[in-house]
Amino acid sequence: MSSFLPVQLVFSLFLLFAASRVWLRLKDGSLTLASFIFWFGLFVLAIIGVFKPEITSIVALKLGINRGSDAVIYASILLLFYLIFRTNVLLENLRHDLTKLVRTIALTPLKKK
Amino acid sequence: MKLLIILPAFNEAKVISQVLAQVKQVAAKLPVETEICVVNDGSSDSTAQVVKKAQVFVLTHMINRGLGASLSTGLEYAKKIQADFAITMDSDGQHDPADLITVLKPLLNKQADVVIGSRRLQPTGRMPLLRQLNNQAFNLLTRLLFGVVTTDSLSGFRGFGKRAIQLIELKTERMEVSNEFFTEIKRHHLNFTEVPIKVIYTAYSMSKGVKPTNVFAIIFRLLLRLVR
Repeated sequence: MSSFLPVQLVFSLFLLFAASRVWLRLKDGSLTLASFIFWFGLFVLAIIGVFKPEITSIVALKLGINRGSDAVIYASILLLFYLIFRTNVLLENLRHDLTKLVRTIALTPLKKK
Repeated sequence: MKLLIILPAFNEAKVISQVLAQVKQVAAKLPVETEICVVNDGSSDSTAQVVKKAQVFVLTHMINRGLGASLSTGLEYAKKIQADFAITMDSDGQHDPADLITVLKPLLNKQADVVIGSRRLQPTGRMPLLRQLNNQAFNLLTRLLFGVVTTDSLSGFRGFGKRAIQLIELKTERMEVSNEFFTEIKRHHLNFTEVPIKVIYTAYSMSKGVKPTNVFAIIFRLLLRLVR
């Protein structure tokens, strides 16, 4: 039986924890099926990458990158940038909704105060 | 013909009573029926009480939502009361209410749907250097992003005709609204003109408005508005 490196154990435990949270969020209805598939798939792929790092190297070579770990870092950075952008859009939309509510309340008693 | 004068206010208790007194004085002489409306944007000082004491109509934001949100509320109110014209001006005392007629004239004469009171057409006071640079940078940005040429993209003294009041829909909520007006002008093919206005720089008014440190945040939010 092959032994695992400590880093593989730590990473895989964290990723399993993250995947379990995704499952729980789907169960309590706070995550849509599409979001669940995205996040669960992402964590499962990460677990595969932790235990089978050679797979990332195969993908990396196909992309023209030498090392698998480099490909993982590049992909992670791109994903993080995109998620930050999405979060900003979401926040702006929430702010906008809040403002609409505040405006509606301000305009509701249209008789002069 | 009905004109609504909109003054967005956030913690302006120190100066707003004087501003309102001057605005009322000028408004009484305008050739149209005039209503003054303060949008109290969640002020934590006594702005609301001061405005009430001045017997001016006030719309209250329960929490602070920013300049753009306040102007939107004012314009929404203008729609509701079917105002023919709306003029926005700052409540920190940096605008001279005597310029209300200057801004109103092109609207009355149907020369424009939107009038921008420009501090740079016939400069009366010396605009501080940092403000000048700020203004130039935002004028350039307005030109590059929206293709609209203006001499004062950050001016808060603006006039709107009925068509503009009906069509303009603001999405930004803070200082970036000044530039968003130009996207709306372009989007709805509104005629716009600029008129020279006087500006009064005091230590108080200088502490308000767009600060150079906010420039990048404003640009970011403007870009976000474009892609949202």
